[in-house]
Amino acid sequence: MFKSAIIGLLSMMAVLLLPQMAKAEYADVVINNYSDAAGMRPAVFPHWYHRIRFRCKVCHADLGFEFKAGGNKITMAKIIDGQFCGACHNGEISWSVENCGMCHSGIPGTPTSIHGSTVQRLVAPTYKALDGKSKPK
Amino acid sequence: MNIGKKLLISVAVGSVLLFAGTIATAAEQKTAKKVEKKGNVSSANTFNRLLKKEKMRNAGPADDGVHDAANDSTHVLQPPLIAYDGLPPSDFGNYINWVKALDGGQLKPRYDLSDPDVEPLIMDLNIVREVKASVADVVFPHKPHTQWLHCSNCHPKIFIPQRNANVMSMSAILLGQKCGVCHGKVSFPITTKSCKVCHSKPKPKDWKPPKSEASLQTPWR
Ligand code: HEC
Ligand code: HEC
Ligand code: HEC
Ligand code: HEC
Ligand code: HEC
Ligand code: HEC
Repeated sequence: MFKSAIIGLLSMMAVLLLPQMAKAEYADVVINNYSDAAGMRPAVFPHWYHRIRFRCKVCHADLGFEFKAGGNKITMAKIIDGQFCGACHNGEISWSVENCGMCHSGIPGTPTSIHGSTVQRLVAPTYKALDGKSKPK
Repeated sequence: MNIGKKLLISVAVGSVLLFAGTIATAAEQKTAKKVEKKGNVSSANTFNRLLKKEKMRNAGPADDGVHDAANDSTHVLQPPLIAYDGLPPSDFGNYINWVKALDGGQLKPRYDLSDPDVEPLIMDLNIVREVKASVADVVFPHKPHTQWLHCSNCHPKIFIPQRNANVMSMSAILLGQKCGVCHGKVSFPITTKSCKVCHSKPKPKDWKPPKSEASLQTPWR
């Protein structure tokens, strides 16, 4: 019975803590399809920083990033082959992949999500994903 | 004791603790905000029960609740406010006006991966979408969109390139479809302060909202 009490308290604390994540800069993407499972911090992609330097077209048309957080199934194998982040983070256009901590800088356990999104600002029920899959806040 | 009973008790104790916890945290929040209790009004009947307030605008990486401060490189990342210095402000999203920043020449993001001199393919075509509600009609401007994006980012996956061929509504947009694929995610979001950026063509003076069929038919009108 102690266990269920603890679980109850923990989930309650989680509910209270979650709204505060809205502090992240608008449009920051946390990508955590595989990182946690591989013992790395989740990757954090700052849109604001990149759009100062590149138009959306470069990534979303030329490099083929889909408009979906976590939807590109990015892995390190693809990155060192020059795909996705690796098209630029190759020591030529930008600093190269050995700077693990620059990308893998998220708080462990943070789910894949885009921050500041309108859906997160809606009052509770719509937090649930439409497609039934667990799309986090 | 059988399993059922054990389960019942554990659930009961769990929920009692949870309830106590809720009260405790509610009390904590109250003291934190220094809300004074006026008369005998229950603390359940407060203002802003569901209002989500932005905690901090443009927080630096180490304090934004997403980056891990225990990671050394987090402290190397650039805080947004430093980069935004001198850019035209706005009231939502990143709190800067990206369209003005581009038009004013404060930013010159590349249109090509490596060649900084490639010019974007800009199309200046406004599409007016009449809105059935009392809010101003929507003007979709191709110009700012083609400054940032490629035609293929929208056509044909999100929009059929033909006037009024697409069904759009506010609920779809708020849930991340149509304009909401980008607006509310990366480009400026949908908030009370941003409605008029899209709803920008005022209705004609003699415009009246259409009456609901159901009300027109009621005999007690
Ligand atoms: C340019 C940014 C970037 C850099 C630098 C980078 N990564 Fe990654 N890495 C990513 C992204 C994005 C993912 C996908 C994250 C996910 O879905 O969980 C990823 C995924 C991973 C994964 C899990 C998936 C897989 O491929 O097995 C591991 C492990 C990993 N990175 C380790 C590293 C290590 C070690 C380094 C340094 C040598 C490093 N990364 C540098 C962006 C980066
Ligand atoms: C440097 C590359 C880059 C640039 C430039 C860029 N993006 Fe992205 N965008 C990404 C990455 C990476 C993701 C996350 C993809 C993933 O997680 O698989 C993303 C995701 C998105 C998403 C999906 C959000 C969601 O989950 O619904 C949208 C919408 C988006 N970007 C719009 C834009 C717009 C609009 C611009 C221009 C203002 C832009 N992006 C510029 C790389 C970029
Ligand atoms: C179109 C090219 C491009 C792509 C694609 C790209 N980046 Fe970058 N990124 C850059 C450039 C250029 C810089 C700036 C480097 C510099 O200052 O030398 C940068 C910087 C960064 C920074 C550091 C920001 C800071 O505060 O200094 C992070 C983190 C980052 N990128 C993560 C990623 C991740 C994760 C991906 C893939 C999901 C990615 N980038 C894809 C070009 C790109
Ligand atoms: C941000 C998304 C977006 C981008 C990028 C975009 N369009 Fe459009 N386009 C639209 C929308 C929305 C409509 C209106 C559709 C409607 O009314 O149903 C439209 C309509 C059109 C139409 C129909 C006009 C008419 O009078 O019937 C054409 C042609 C068109 N676009 C061409 C282009 C070309 C060429 C480009 C690239 C230079 C482009 N679009 C880029 C969203 C976009
Ligand atoms: C593919 C992404 C995308 C889609 C879809 C999209 N937009 Fe945009 N929109 C942008 C970007 C990027 C900007 C540049 C400003 C910014 O990022 O805040 C922009 C800017 C605008 C502006 C100009 C704001 C200004 O300050 O002048 C208006 C108006 C607008 N969008 C309306 C719409 C409408 C209406 C729709 C749906 C019919 C739509 N957009 C669909 C990406 C998109
Ligand atoms: C990104 C652009 C955009 C923003 C921001 C926006 N709208 Fe809309 N709105 C639209 C479009 C597009 C339609 C559909 C027009 C049509 O029927 O063709 C629409 C339709 C509507 C309608 C008619 C009912 C419906 O769902 O079709 C109302 C009411 C409305 N909007 C209110 C608002 C309010 C209130 C806000 C601010 C909170 C807002 N809109 C912000 C683009 C926008």
